[in-house]
Amino acid sequence: MVETMLTAVSGVFLLAGGLFGIMGGIGPLRFPDFYTRLHAAGITDTLCAFLIIVGLVIQAGLALVSIKLMLILVFMVFTAPTASHALARAGMAAGDDPGTLEGEPAPVAPLDSSGEPSSNS
Amino acid sequence: MRYLFSLAVVLSLLWLGMSGVYKPLMYILGAGSVVFVVWMSRRMDVVGVEHNPVLYSWRLPIYWLWLLWEIVKSNIEVSRAALWPGKLVRPRVLKVPMSLGSAVGKVTYANSITLTPGTVTLLLEDDHLEVHALLESSAASLESGDMEAKIAWLENHK
Repeated sequence: MVETMLTAVSGVFLLAGGLFGIMGGIGPLRFPDFYTRLHAAGITDTLCAFLIIVGLVIQAGLALVSIKLMLILVFMVFTAPTASHALARAGMAAGDDPGTLEGEPAPVAPLDSSGEPSSNS
Repeated sequence: MRYLFSLAVVLSLLWLGMSGVYKPLMYILGAGSVVFVVWMSRRMDVVGVEHNPVLYSWRLPIYWLWLLWEIVKSNIEVSRAALWPGKLVRPRVLKVPMSLGSAVGKVTYANSITLTPGTVTLLLEDDHLEVHALLESSAASLESGDMEAKIAWLENHK
């Protein structure tokens, strides 16, 4: 009974992780420029990897493999932002300016400006 | 001394977690490696130099949980944007002012921003960050200053 439930729960995690992986694949195809695609690739680095590893840990249970899986997660959490930042810096250094969806240069606005339309979060 | 001790503990736990072969000879080799690495790190003067002082604080796990929740939320937002890019994608470059004092705090802030999908740190300066934001909601969550407040709270452990 417990076995079945654990399998089901880990299956849900693995499926959700796979779904986010697909999103991380669709995003770079549909977003307009280099920097926006970087955000989409970030999905695969974070939630996709996290969900898949949690699913695998649930399958493995209390075992040495789980420790190794958690270590993979820790290393990903520390290296992924460094890699993203390095990519973004490389883009800036290569002279690729961030643009909007229409291809115009992205607005650079200080945070306290009131000109921007407010968000709808 | 505290750093050397905790380095030895972490290395030993790492070795025990990775090894899986628990025989006397292996224990001796493992202990030898730990002692050698600690001695070497001491000689190299790298122990406790770039150490994160909040490592021993109870606030760190709470910050991680909060960050995980932020990552989950923004992942869902960015996934939605991947399906309907025309409606949701509003790329912007933001200058985010920052009043965090310590270098570790600044790096934590910049890394946390990059780790959250929808925002990538382009530039880290002394008193501000340049951030590329994908969606209006990701720009708004930065504008609210929640994350900086959380890191300031994390740094004020004592």
